[in-house]
Amino acid sequence: MSHITSRAIARLREAVEFPDLAGTQYDAVEAIGRGGMGTVFRVHDRELARDVALKVLSAREVSEDARARMLDEARILARLEHPGIVPVHDVGVLPDGRVFYTMKLVRGSRLDEYARATHEIADLLRVFVRACEAVAFAHSEGVVHRDMKPSNVMVGAFGEVLVLDWGVAKLLDRGTATETTTADAAAPSSSAPSTPPRRSADTATGAVLGTPGFMAPEQARGESAHVDPRSDVYALGAMLRQILQASRAGAMPRRLRAICDRATAVDPAARYPDVASLSRDVERFATGQAVTAYKEHWTERARRLASRHRIAVTLIAAYLLMRVLIFFLDRP
Amino acid sequence: MNKIVLGLVVGGILGALDGLSALVSAPETQPQIVGIVIGSTIKGIVAGLLIGWFARKVRSVPAGVAFGFFIGLVLAFLVALMPDAEGKHYWWQIMLPGSIVGLIVGYATQRYGAVARA
Repeated sequence: MSHITSRAIARLREAVEFPDLAGTQYDAVEAIGRGGMGTVFRVHDRELARDVALKVLSAREVSEDARARMLDEARILARLEHPGIVPVHDVGVLPDGRVFYTMKLVRGSRLDEYARATHEIADLLRVFVRACEAVAFAHSEGVVHRDMKPSNVMVGAFGEVLVLDWGVAKLLDRGTATETTTADAAAPSSSAPSTPPRRSADTATGAVLGTPGFMAPEQARGESAHVDPRSDVYALGAMLRQILQASRAGAMPRRLRAICDRATAVDPAARYPDVASLSRDVERFATGQAVTAYKEHWTERARRLASRHRIAVTLIAAYLLMRVLIFFLDRP
Repeated sequence: MNKIVLGLVVGGILGALDGLSALVSAPETQPQIVGIVIGSTIKGIVAGLLIGWFARKVRSVPAGVAFGFFIGLVLAFLVALMPDAEGKHYWWQIMLPGSIVGLIVGYATQRYGAVARA
């Protein structure tokens, strides 16, 4: 009797997951990522002669709820037109009934990989601020990401920054933390299934979605009603701490540590009120200004100002030194 | 504050301080200190005006610093040409600080100050 090896089983699973793209304009090339709900493939668009990313529901996820969630993800993404958010091109259903959507194929490094190869804090902060801009835009559109982490941020070869994986995003009623329907979300293309928009992602109270280590405490407790933009502030703070620790930039400056601490406060009210405030504080740090998260001693303030205006201070010191030299050299 | 006004202010203040420093470096000039400070301030203001104008035209820190150094040196040379009552010239005592003041104003006007809108 022969046994099927685990390797063979893995290959069989892969074959099952590989999408049957018959009847679409796409040819599958390779799997490039796998999440809890779906798999992302690089596919070739024959009509437009370009490669795009295609996310398809996993073969195991065949429930109506999973289908609806996938559609919600596509609709939320379609609604978020921003340079820092990956654009959706198309949405539809495969012959086997699985929902898919295509989006821009992002080439580059995940932020966690990028951070490990980076020596410059300034460069990481630039990427972080760009990710914050995308998330702040999503909040302005009433969408909370709920799964911000370094592996969900891509840094392109030309420095572009894209926030990915909006699969567990939550739609808010503007100005409140109440969940609402996605009725005003962008409509899918004609080839898409006609499932009406449903209540936003998963979010019965008690359901825990997100990634440990990045989830805000209220999110980790499954208090879905309390998840709001400040939950993303928490995740961004945790993300900032992790990329700085992973980088080769050395010890984290005290003011930057204070920014991470404020963003990741257990009490949402003690955090930055929104992502824009967090981002502004990071930018203030990056440009040598005082940050709101840290009350500095006057000696620290003097050091910071001297560092910020290093050349001016050097020139004035050179002038004073020269004056002292003249004083002593000109003595009779 | 635009770059020309910044040049005038920084040049004037540094010029005045430069003049006042004569009290320390050459106490014997105390009777003429008012004239020295006024002259040094005017020199600083003229230098600041020229360097600020240059900063508005040319956006380059190295070029601004070099221009500031040159202007400071030239103006200080013109001042140093004038001997004291005993006919003594203070060449390097005037030209060295003058050129460094010009260099500081050159840097300040390039690094700081609002860019004029078109």
